[in-house]
Amino acid sequence: MKVVKHALPSVDGKGLMMGRPAYTDDLADPNSLIVKVLRSPHAYAKIVKIDTSKAEALEGVEIVLTYKDFDRRPHTRAGQGFPEPSPYDKFVLDQWVRYIGDETACVAAVDEETAQAALKLIEIEWDILEPILDFETALDNEILIHPEPEIFENFPIGFDPKRNLAAAYSMEVGNVEDSLKECDVVLEAQFFTQAQAHAAMEPHTVNARMDYQNRLVLYTSTQAPFHIRRIVSQSLDFPMSRIRVIKPRVGGGFGGKQHIHGELLVSTVTIKTGKPAKMVYTRKEVFESSFQRHPMRLDIKLGAMKDGTLKAINCHILSDTGAYGEHALTVFMVAGAKVLPLYNKVDSVKFYGDVVYTNHTSAGAYRGYGAIQGNFAIESAIDMLCEKLGVDPIEFREKNMMLKDETSPIFAIMGEGTEGTAMNMESCELGYCVSRGQELLKWKEKYPRVELADSKVRGVGMAIAMQGSGIPYIDMASATVKLNDDGFYNLLVGATDIGQGSDTVLAQIAAEALETTLDKIIVYSSDSDLTPFDTGAYASSTTYVSGNAVFKAAMDMKRAIVKEGALALGVKVEDIEYDGVVLKAGDKEITLKALSNRLYYSEDQKQLMITNSYFGTKSPPPFMAGFAEVEVDTETGEIKIVEYVSVVDCGTPINLALAKGQVEGGIVQGIGMAVYEEVLYTKTGKSINNNFLNYHIPTRKEINKLTTEFAESYEESGPFGAKSVGEIGIDTPPAAIANAVYNAVGVRIQTLPITPEKILAGILANKAKK
Amino acid sequence: MKVNVKVNGQNKVFNIEPGDYLLDTLRKENYLSVKKGCDNSSCGVCTVLFDGKPIKSCSLLTAKTEGHEVTTVEGIQKEADKLSDYFGAEGADQCGYCTPGMALSVHALKEENSNPSDEEIKEYLTGNLCRCTGYQSQHIAIRNYLEDK
Ligand code: FES
Ligand code: FES
Repeated sequence: MKVVKHALPSVDGKGLMMGRPAYTDDLADPNSLIVKVLRSPHAYAKIVKIDTSKAEALEGVEIVLTYKDFDRRPHTRAGQGFPEPSPYDKFVLDQWVRYIGDETACVAAVDEETAQAALKLIEIEWDILEPILDFETALDNEILIHPEPEIFENFPIGFDPKRNLAAAYSMEVGNVEDSLKECDVVLEAQFFTQAQAHAAMEPHTVNARMDYQNRLVLYTSTQAPFHIRRIVSQSLDFPMSRIRVIKPRVGGGFGGKQHIHGELLVSTVTIKTGKPAKMVYTRKEVFESSFQRHPMRLDIKLGAMKDGTLKAINCHILSDTGAYGEHALTVFMVAGAKVLPLYNKVDSVKFYGDVVYTNHTSAGAYRGYGAIQGNFAIESAIDMLCEKLGVDPIEFREKNMMLKDETSPIFAIMGEGTEGTAMNMESCELGYCVSRGQELLKWKEKYPRVELADSKVRGVGMAIAMQGSGIPYIDMASATVKLNDDGFYNLLVGATDIGQGSDTVLAQIAAEALETTLDKIIVYSSDSDLTPFDTGAYASSTTYVSGNAVFKAAMDMKRAIVKEGALALGVKVEDIEYDGVVLKAGDKEITLKALSNRLYYSEDQKQLMITNSYFGTKSPPPFMAGFAEVEVDTETGEIKIVEYVSVVDCGTPINLALAKGQVEGGIVQGIGMAVYEEVLYTKTGKSINNNFLNYHIPTRKEINKLTTEFAESYEESGPFGAKSVGEIGIDTPPAAIANAVYNAVGVRIQTLPITPEKILAGILANKAKK
Repeated sequence: MKVNVKVNGQNKVFNIEPGDYLLDTLRKENYLSVKKGCDNSSCGVCTVLFDGKPIKSCSLLTAKTEGHEVTTVEGIQKEADKLSDYFGAEGADQCGYCTPGMALSVHALKEENSNPSDEEIKEYLTGNLCRCTGYQSQHIAIRNYLEDK
């Protein structure tokens, strides 16, 4: 392959580093009204009276919006396939606020200072209600977070607001209780995972204007522009045909931008005033008032035989969706659906639980999407079980894990909020990933621990993981290829580049299929007026689903070129040989350049422009094995990640450098979740660490050595053999690091993050026992 | 009030409020390479050079730039162009939101210390956060750029 499977520079990296205006705020109308939101100071309260007259009277204030300005139209802010598997439990503005930071009112003014001053002039009389801040007490609590009658589910997702239940689910293969009784050894363990912030460097930003056709044009930093268009139309009752959504360059998403943020309020301001408007979240708002990873409590039971055969898995999860139910069911289900099939040889497996409302910031989509939570619990529990059994944890995994050409009944049972899709693993190099990772880390020399001088101990630990590649029968992507004179192409895709490099990867797929070079593919993405549809950048779908659409459209274009070439040369289509540059038939030939000029200007004139689309009929999982080496200071509990080895099967990595970037970026976010990051609240539900000084994302000082390799693997159903790679990297660090810490100092951390305090407490407790 | 400041080699007069911060002034004046990422001087995407030294423009009052020199990435286009080749080769730029600030920090580092150790590079750039890349690819790219490989 000439273009695919090479480490080519991204199509946009240079321009962005050179500072060309490209992000949402760079493209705002300079005369935009500044839109600011008054955010709730209470975790749960009702507005008894709201007086905006003083704010409205302030010079420079254009409009003030409260719940009274909106029809009560429940919707979800989750950008998902329609109808969404998330409850319609949110109003643009509501008389009730359900967490500290919730939207209470909104001001648009000529400048930031005036908008801020106006917010302070809004007078509210509150009825302060008692909140639920501990998710373990939410279910069937007498306090109801969503008592309003209008809210509903689109189809059965277990939604029961009278029980504070956003969603619930259960499934069982075989009979877990019976299987566990037959097992020689049963392990029971409880795990907790924390809320994690996405912390994309670009804050949520949106700007709006009415254009010369009196249509609403939104520029927004989103992962799902077509869903944004639909939700704006639905929730504001504004015709979809009068909305254009443009996604410019986006400064990182990680799931956080797979939701509505300021779009509804900014659109309302612009529709009502006719004036351009913009909203840029402060970092505090990004932390407190956007979304976060669902905290979970996971109760795991594993049963095995003495010979190291895993027989049964029982997994119960309680998940905290916060104030609103975006992605409540689906994140919860992925915690099972993209973890449990790893151990496909069990007799029985049960997965069930509840997703509850609390008065915290909403949880939502976040890279890993449940799989990281499930992986931490299951992959920690496997090591714990192995210790009980006295077997080697790697041998145990090799014996029990998913292999090529195998399947799991879970694929057919569990989908994204609905039934799943049966599939065989036509590509799965997990075995190679596990053995290669050991070599790279020198596992055998280091396992389980090496003691250094001065109270330092190094330990190694590992975990395996899988993800998916899009959502079968739901995610659709499309691509248009247009041939220009001079023989270069436009590639128009709905797919959404949020920094992961999809414009580059999709252009590479088109270039390879069209047998041309990357500079001949001019890619333009995510503009609801100009590009064809795509569900968006989520669910690890772009390379596989959008990539397949691009491949199909490009191959169609190639056939169309050959047909036109045959016409131009006066020969039969079958007689044409075409290498992407010259069309030949015997001694006759025409270059693509000449042919394209002919089509534009001289004979048989026409525009060649072809659209094709793709939706998956399966979701081939990428796999990986992650190996951590940690160093623990036994006197302070301090932990350093010495090295992290990743061996990944993502099928063909379309762009070697960008694929590696996806893995390593994911690993470091996973390391963040494992050891540094946790959204913390006071007893009254106020965020404690709503900024980068108090919320520690990894800096370059904490990252010592990342070793990343790809397995040779080819997925028949993917474009040039590719599967996805966007999320898989984040899944293993919490479990691999927890296992490494245990191997180093004998302390088993079951509640993330793995902090020095917890490690030290464990070391001291172990000493006390001795 | 008026402030006289040299931006990217050109003398400018900015009309500002005394409490304005340099980041907001620069963006208002259309230096859009300078990004905003936080509220309390903790992310580094707003980095500019102030008399050649990297500073966070979100925490410097524009009034304090009177008589000084400010450089944004618009002022080091050649260097950014070259550095971006090294970033591109390693896949060290994803969303790119952190990269203009990074380019300025790397440029300043190069001026100060032509042969920094790995630790010195990390130390110098630690205030330039990146949520996308995991840092290692950036580190390799910067190392190669400094060694002109
Ligand atoms: S904007 Fe974050 S440091 Fe200046
Ligand atoms: S590339 Fe996205 S923050 Fe650095």
